[in-house]
Order: sequence, then structure tokens, then C-alpha cells
Amino acid sequence: MSQLTTVPGARLMLRHARYQFLETVRVPIAVIGTALFPALSMLFFVVPSADLAADPVVSTGATAQLAVFSVMSVCLFTYGVGVSEDRALPWDAYLRTLPAGPGPRLGGRLLNGLAFAVIGLLPLVAIAVFLTAATITPARLGLALAALLAAALPFLGIGMAIGYSMPAKASLAVAQVLLFPLAFAGGLFLPPETFPDWLDTLSTWLPSRAGRELVVGAATGSTVGVLPVVVLAGWAALAAGLAVWAYRCDEGRRFR
Amino acid sequence: MTDDVVLVEHASRSYGAVVALDDVSLGVPAGQLLGLLGPNGAGKSTLLQLLAGLRRPSSGSVRVLGGDPRSAAARARLGMTPQETGLPPTLRVGEVVGFVADHFPDPEPAAELLSRFGLTGLERRQTGGLSGGQKRRLAVALAFVGRPRLVLLDEPTTGLDVESRQALWAAVRSFHADGGTVVLTSHYLEEVEALAERVVVIDRGSVLIDGSLDEVRSRVGVRRVRYTLDGRQVEHLTPDADAFVRALVRDDVRFEGLEVAGTSLEEAFLSLTERVEAAA
Repeated sequence: MSQLTTVPGARLMLRHARYQFLETVRVPIAVIGTALFPALSMLFFVVPSADLAADPVVSTGATAQLAVFSVMSVCLFTYGVGVSEDRALPWDAYLRTLPAGPGPRLGGRLLNGLAFAVIGLLPLVAIAVFLTAATITPARLGLALAALLAAALPFLGIGMAIGYSMPAKASLAVAQVLLFPLAFAGGLFLPPETFPDWLDTLSTWLPSRAGRELVVGAATGSTVGVLPVVVLAGWAALAAGLAVWAYRCDEGRRFR
Repeated sequence: MTDDVVLVEHASRSYGAVVALDDVSLGVPAGQLLGLLGPNGAGKSTLLQLLAGLRRPSSGSVRVLGGDPRSAAARARLGMTPQETGLPPTLRVGEVVGFVADHFPDPEPAAELLSRFGLTGLERRQTGGLSGGQKRRLAVALAFVGRPRLVLLDEPTTGLDVESRQALWAAVRSFHADGGTVVLTSHYLEEVEALAERVVVIDRGSVLIDGSLDEVRSRVGVRRVRYTLDGRQVEHLTPDADAFVRALVRDDVRFEGLEVAGTSLEEAFLSLTERVEAAA
């Protein structure tokens, strides 16, 4: 009796992604919010400064680090806050009674987050292309996108760990508290060259900095050492472990 | 092995220091319609969550359709309702049904299902725009999408108008008539009386009573004595109607139109939980 078939996971995953996407996209402000902040940062801090905007390497680097910020914010918010909000909803509990393991729902979430990350990047890249001297070859663009995916991994894990372990209000606070300090100390707003030594040293060990080095390196062709790769891999493994732990402990929202 | 569709053995579940279920054992044979009653916080929802695989028992075992409900395969023939407030408001009716149907190998066609629950013509409406009754009917319809053998209905008709309620009852009865097994919780004892063959009363995490409707009524044994006194209608609930009437006669009470009747399940149930509270 327990051998009853279930539906193939890959197809179901696409369906989950599709409906999660529809749910979000029908509240347009959610999409606009995601896309707005990195694009606005570019518009306010890079475009008006002739030094930055006219220098191809600097403006390409600035675009790259804001892209890391954009992806990081999508990860912390769609996975962190989004997951914990969903967990509080009866609909999420209901979906967990359907005959599918966690795979399709999680996979759907990943695809959905990816879609929103792309939506968030589009205006940023458009501004970089049309209003600054930023340039990139197709090969470097491909490399930069791959680096961006790698840079997203630790934040994906951290987001999921937050989402599956905390109630919605707490997750919102934690995501915000993590996002800006990590972004600033990781050199996503101001380049690390402007940091005092102590901050530069500390920054080296942060996932945001490691991700930035990778993406900026891929986009501009500056050399990337081994250290950022090791730091990023370490954070990704740690965050994945936390996410799995949080997911296992989760039984939906608990009321005491 | 038994052929019970639901088999709960010595299941307990606590949340921190609070014991929600305390050593509950329960078997539900195929084709039975079981009503689960109890005051709020009695442990009904926790029990249902164990059956749906949403929570693990702290101790003991829960088997559903021959498997562990925490495994997806065991839930392939299980149907459950989301709470009415839980439908994603931005999705359309047709999308919600289609999405749920995607999870099952052999789902009932959406048009058929929607017409059975009186929702034809609403496919393109966002669920957030449905009336309360329509939402509720959609939520219950979702339990039947996958052609289940076991359906768990948590308060299926709470807040429904009489017409919608009758329609839902008809759907549940026809599922049951085709051999389906149902576990139903309800605030409305009337609903349990109308549908269930067997009643389990849960209070403070334990099974108080488990029997047929008649058994529950007779084991509680409360009778209603009604009469008119000085033009006013008087009503008493008593475990021993004979002694009560003798006392009325002995005390020379000038009653008129004496009536002694069995109680509704609601009254039986109330007197039962009150008695336990008095004893505690």
C-alpha cells in the first residue's frame, strides 16, 4: 500500500516555482521593491559622479558589487522573510500534506528566487549600460553571472536557515540586521580600498566580501586570489548545514 | 497487521511542557465515518496534524493507509482541507485546483470537481474575491482532488450558510457511500450527528469516549425533562429522569405538559466534559 506512486519531482518543482512566482508577481509592489534599491543606489551614487561613471573599470566594478548586493538582498528576503511568512500560513501547512517531499517546494523556491534575482538585476544592468562607461564582453558576462550564483550560495543558506527557524517578525529584523552591515563591511557600497586596515582584514573573512571579489574579478578581469574562493566555500557549507538543520526542526509555526 | 486505514498506537505529543495528546490509541477501519469532538485545545487538531504527517508524535506510532504519514507515498491517497483563510488570495480558483491536482497521479478533472461543489464558473476568479461560503467549499473540494481513500476534514463547515453546509454534507456522504474513510472534526455537534457513525470525544489530550452515536448518548445517559409551570416553560437535564419525575410528584409541583426526552449529542457532550471538570 505504501508503494503508491507519486508525481515526478522535476515537473512538480516547475509548477511550484510557477505558482509561487504568480502569487508574488500579482502584488506588483513586491517586485518593484526588489528591483528598486540596487538600481537607485547606482543612479544616486555612481551615475552623478563623473570620476566613477566615466571610468569603465570602476563603473563595471560598481555594477558588479551592487549586483552582489541585489542577489544577497533577494536571498535574505525571499528565502528568509518569505519562507517564515509562508510557514505561518495555513496554505503552507496544507501543501505539506500533499503527497510530495520537500524537494519540489524547495526547488520551486530556488527557481523563484532566481527569477526575482534576475528581475532585480535588469534595471541595474540597464543603468550601467546606458548611463555609465561600464563595459563587459559576453564571455566575462557569463563568468560574472556564474560568480554571482556562487556568491549567492551562502546567503541562500543563511536565508533558508532564518526562514525555517524564526517567526516572520523576527526573520524580518534579522534579515535587515544582517543585510546592511554585511553589505557595507563586504565592500558592496564603498570599495574595500577605502577601508581602514582593521576593517579590510575583517572584511576578508565575510561572505559578502568574498562574493564581491569573485564577481568583480569575473566582470573586470582583475585577479582573484584563492582566499575568497575558500572563504565563500566555507560559508556556503556552514550555511547549507544551518539551513538543513532548520528545515529538519521545522513543523510549521508553533504556538505555545 | 490490521486493515485499519488509520492506526494510532499510544501516541503522545507535547509542546514544551504542555501535553497536547496523552497516550492516544485509535483505529479507524476502511469505510468508516468518524467524528472527532472536543472543546478547543482538547487535542483534536494535534491528532489531525499527526495523521496528516505535519507533526511527529513525541512517542508512540501513527500509521495512515499502511504507511508513515511523514512519507509522501503514504499521503498519495490522503485528502485534507486547508483552513478557509489559508487559500492564496492572488491565485485563481482554477489555478489552485490545478496546482493541487499536479501533486496526484490520477486527479479528478477540475470541471467535475468544481461542479460537485457548486463552484462552476468561478475558475477565473482570484480566491481572495470569493465569498466565505465559496472559499470554504473550495477548501473542502481540495481534499477530494486526488481521488483519496481517506479524507481528514477539520471543521469543514465552520461559518457556512445552511445551503452550503447541506451541499458539503452531501459531498461527504457520497464519498463515504463509495467506500471512502472520513475523519471529521467539528464545532457543530449537529454535523457530527448528521454524518458520523462513530464518535470519539477527546478532552485534555485523552480519549474520553469512543463509540457509536447511540452509545455516546446512552453512556452519558442524560435525559431532558420539560414541563410548563405557571405558564412558564421549564427545562432540566438530569442523569436519572425517573427519580427526577418522582421528586416532582412527591413535592406536588403543579407541572403541565410533562415531556421526557433523550438529549442531543451537544447536551450529552457538554454534560460529559463538565462532569470531568467537576471530578478534576
